[in-house]
Amino acid sequence: MASQEMEQLVRREYKEGFVTDIESDTVPPGLDENTIAFISKKKGEPEWMLEWRLKAYHQWLKMTPPSWAHLDYPPIDYQAISYYSAPKRDEDKPQSLDEVDPKLLETYEKLGIPLHERAALAGVAVDAVFDSVSVTTTFKDKLHEAGVIFCSISEAIRDYPELVKQYLGSVVPQGDNYFAALNSAVFTDGSFVFVPEGVTCPMELSTYFRINAANTGQFERTLIVCESRAQVSYLEGCTAPQRDENQLHAAVVELVALEDASIKYSTVQNWYPGDEDGKGGIYNFVTKRGDCRGDRSHISWTQVETGSAITWKYPSCMLRGKDSVGEFYSVAVTNGRQQADTGTKMIHIGEGSRSTIVSKGISAGRSDQSYRGLVKVGPRARNARNYTQCDSLLIGDTCGAHTFPYQEIRNSSATVEHEATTSKIGEDQLFYCQSRGIAEEDAVNMIVNGFCKDVFQELPMEFAVEAEALLNVTLEGAVG
Amino acid sequence: MNDDVQRFLDRLAERNAARGAEPTWIAARRQAGAARFEALGFPHRRIEEWKYTDVRDIAANDFALADSAEFSPAAAAALTLPIEAHRLTFVDGVFAPALSDLGELPAGVQVVPLSKALEENHEAVGGPLGRLTGVEFSPFAALNTAFFEEGALVRLAPRTVVEKPIVLQFLSRAGEREVMSHPRILVEAGGRSQATLIEHHVGEEGAANFTNLVEEIILDRGAILTHYKLQEAPLKDRHVASIQVEQARDSRYTSFNLNLGGGLVRNDLVSDLNGEGAEATFHGLFYGQGRQHVDNHTLVNHNAPHTRSSENYKGILDDRAHGVFNGRVVVKRDSQKIESEQSNANLLLSDRAEVDTKPELEIYADDVKCAHGATTGQLDAEAVYALRARGIDEQTARGLLTLAFAGEVMELVDLDAVAERVELTVAGKLPERFNLAGLVETAAAFSED
Repeated sequence: MASQEMEQLVRREYKEGFVTDIESDTVPPGLDENTIAFISKKKGEPEWMLEWRLKAYHQWLKMTPPSWAHLDYPPIDYQAISYYSAPKRDEDKPQSLDEVDPKLLETYEKLGIPLHERAALAGVAVDAVFDSVSVTTTFKDKLHEAGVIFCSISEAIRDYPELVKQYLGSVVPQGDNYFAALNSAVFTDGSFVFVPEGVTCPMELSTYFRINAANTGQFERTLIVCESRAQVSYLEGCTAPQRDENQLHAAVVELVALEDASIKYSTVQNWYPGDEDGKGGIYNFVTKRGDCRGDRSHISWTQVETGSAITWKYPSCMLRGKDSVGEFYSVAVTNGRQQADTGTKMIHIGEGSRSTIVSKGISAGRSDQSYRGLVKVGPRARNARNYTQCDSLLIGDTCGAHTFPYQEIRNSSATVEHEATTSKIGEDQLFYCQSRGIAEEDAVNMIVNGFCKDVFQELPMEFAVEAEALLNVTLEGAVG
Repeated sequence: MNDDVQRFLDRLAERNAARGAEPTWIAARRQAGAARFEALGFPHRRIEEWKYTDVRDIAANDFALADSAEFSPAAAAALTLPIEAHRLTFVDGVFAPALSDLGELPAGVQVVPLSKALEENHEAVGGPLGRLTGVEFSPFAALNTAFFEEGALVRLAPRTVVEKPIVLQFLSRAGEREVMSHPRILVEAGGRSQATLIEHHVGEEGAANFTNLVEEIILDRGAILTHYKLQEAPLKDRHVASIQVEQARDSRYTSFNLNLGGGLVRNDLVSDLNGEGAEATFHGLFYGQGRQHVDNHTLVNHNAPHTRSSENYKGILDDRAHGVFNGRVVVKRDSQKIESEQSNANLLLSDRAEVDTKPELEIYADDVKCAHGATTGQLDAEAVYALRARGIDEQTARGLLTLAFAGEVMELVDLDAVAERVELTVAGKLPERFNLAGLVETAAAFSED
């Protein structure tokens, strides 16, 4: 392998690295009950919401950060983080794109997301989150017609308190884990989707997250509820500007699928991974969980993870309903000094529940990557079925790839299979391509894309294209 | 400090007082073991390595230490594997000369009870003892280091080949008082030596003792060792084994870890592949019924390039039995050209049985071929159908297929005495609904053909 090329790759400047200069009204760093009260007040939340947050905060105080993951990072000073930042003109929020701060729009342009065009062309409603406040939500009317609620979680707390009360924290309780508790205490925004009974959401829903103000952790809270026979596909994508300090991101995503409902949640994550020494970069500690509450409900997670310095993320499915289905498709690419500990949990509770896990990990440079998964079959989950395939591709001799699959089986009629392989790109494969006139780098891209095909197939069209391009850029020159 | 830990330390203090003066290094080791055990305490389920195994049944008990090796010769003979061998027998951890028969050992081969080896030349044992499975290995290894008295020393001079297997037999006695033993086995195999070691754990029905075994196996260049661990202890016995193997260049270690008995069983088997060309093969079979709990933790460290490992564990679990498998393979940085395969398959015969499995890969080098797999399920419906189509009733078919499932490990066993013992035991353990009588008839019919 050409080490120069490798070096070039590692030194490649982060394409999306710029900072928009917007005056944020940010609270001073630190976290106590006052901070939480401030956030709650700023958001104009009712009393019960503040109580809910404080309950989470008190639980968080008693918890310790998890240390079981195969990750190495200095302890985070939670008092050095500012927990709220919002574009200044909070009170008179823009009602349409024309009213949006031009600087914000410029930011989106730089990211290559002409919001209005993209939205119109792709038929996608975009709930763009800039820092912590929802700036604009498009296509609201069309969704309204179908009866779908798609808004920021803050709006939902204000406008649909009963729905939020019923579902918020019902999948990921406040005290679920350290980062979920922190999120529950200080979350500032995120999306809320509610698809009523029998409705198929007329378009794919999407949110673009962006971390902006320095020192500000982002704590999104997303809640998606599909009533009986409802269906929705949700896309989440992220980029972040270059920063020197590590930025903390602790999001919580909750999905609830009732009888015969189907939720598809896709993520492309491309946050700043840090420089060549691993300096800077996003710390990404995410709790994502779907609850297949109803019989024959279906939740599918698809993720393409190429960014972040640290990723700690296990999108999971609670398969409670009879014959419910959970799926997890993941491609994770780590390079430079990135570290990722990611995987899924499939908890089979309902009879006949089925799950599929396909995880593809690619490690290059000096990165470290782990698949950590749990398949649990409860005593009542008769005829539960799981299939897990998890493959790792190693590029370069200084990276690491690890697999930690847990299986806990308490039912004799269950069938659970796990298969995993670890290997490098075969020299014979490369030779085969090259002897047919395909340049080495193209050959590598072909092989890597082939390796990830099973997952890319699961992505919605626009995302699949983006993901493939992202992968090629990330691995540029990494093999030789 | 916890009362349980204190109880064991009190027992140790009594024993030390009764034992009198010992060489300084032994006293120092004991002290180190006790200190480490005191610091760690008994493992609990919040520790990842012990997530699925609760050792309170050991910790809460007040075990005595056995002082005699009395055992009815007839009863012992019935338990002993019918195989020509160099045999040492221990009863509740105490050496039983009357039940031992070393026969004629080839020149350059030493098979000695540990107490005797220490008595004769303790300094020669002091070096290697505790170097591999030291006090850091686990709380149980530390506990063993504090208490150890007896066990076996096996030394093979370079190029010696031991034709007959070396059998270390551990008998567990049913008595008024539940006892514990802390045997230590040290195997030093010189360059290109070759031997088969059978470790046989068995006992009187109703025995409810605690065996806390530590083993250290050092294989020099090109040494070949096949290690059978046939654990068919009484169903109330507790059995904890901490085994560490160190392999030099081109050495080959094959382990058959066969666990059919014991109420609470935990095996930790670790092999360090330190030289190029070294190879470790782990075969395992466990059968749990009643409320048996069988936990197998294995670890292979590929510390050198061009090393190979393969592992295949099979578990059958019935009633409320609980099986645990944790297989870990670590490939160190710069250990290129590694091949490693690992598989664990489990068969659940009852809805109350439970299995927890975790095949782990930790890889820091790129030119490797590693694969692992784990499956848990019931018998293949198509295979059952195929047998039924040939006139075998369903239950018998299931029985046959369960036997065949275990047979995949047993067919690799070269020693007929071991294979037969295991196959018969497994057949005997199969639930009655599997129509054992029909099974035997079928088997007889097959053999007549």
